[in-house]
Amino acid sequence: MRLIVGVDGSEDAMTALEAVTSRARETGDEVTVAVYSHNDSTADVEHTVREQLLAADFDASVMTLEDDPAGQLVDIAETEGYDRIVLSGGHRSPLGKIQLDSVLEFVLLNAHTTVTLIR
Amino acid sequence: MTTQFPDEPVTGFSGPPREFTDAEGREITVREVTSNDTEALVQMYVEFDPTDRAQGIPPSTETAIRKWLDVVLSEDALNVVGVHEGRPVGHVMLVPDRHGAYELAIFVLQAYQGAHIGTELVRTALGLAQREGIECVWLTVERWNTPAVALYQKIGFERTGDASFELEMSLRLAPDG
Repeated sequence: MRLIVGVDGSEDAMTALEAVTSRARETGDEVTVAVYSHNDSTADVEHTVREQLLAADFDASVMTLEDDPAGQLVDIAETEGYDRIVLSGGHRSPLGKIQLDSVLEFVLLNAHTTVTLIR
Repeated sequence: MTTQFPDEPVTGFSGPPREFTDAEGREITVREVTSNDTEALVQMYVEFDPTDRAQGIPPSTETAIRKWLDVVLSEDALNVVGVHEGRPVGHVMLVPDRHGAYELAIFVLQAYQGAHIGTELVRTALGLAQREGIECVWLTVERWNTPAVALYQKIGFERTGDASFELEMSLRLAPDG
């Protein structure tokens, strides 16, 4: 399978990426990491992602999504024939509520590609 | 999260302990939670109707409820409980975020909903927060939960964000004086 994994640099997203790569190692899935940020520092997130991939010794392609990451994720997944979009399934608020950010909501509502949320 | 807070503080909240009669004529005592309340709160959440969960809380198993209450009842959080005939029927929590503001949530047992207990509990918790010198309180609520949104608005919360499934609402308290 070809997976595109959206990573925003949050702790949850990095944990999700780790889960994806360790699973892909067994299944042989092809992984593309789509890096985006909520505060303009895509380069920092990309750096963190590349370090984690290197440390895990996992071969994945990395792309950055600058504007409208949600729209781009949906679009790229469709036009480039990915089988699945993978995202981390929401953050926890201080008192434990699950919070789904706007990227996640847009992708869930608009993707024709199957979406997996990792919690 | 970068929460916006209204410029104007909301005033008029009284802290615990308080007593009031709910719309069904039940005598409710509102007081701060103590460590003696933990087991009774666990019991309240075990009995909680799953359809009234909000964004994954309270959790559904007793083990997960205990773990969650550890966070909610931590020393730097504020907790107020509504008690009827010796057992908790509603619980408001204020848990600090990383920016010096506090996230608020409330749960009321099904049999006690619709009797203005929620409003009184939240108002009392805000009185406690003001007494403790807290100025900024926020919460999230599911968009479709219009009764809750109306309740929070009546108390003085303003809608400050709706970028996602949840609405964000916030309120500024006056410095205690």
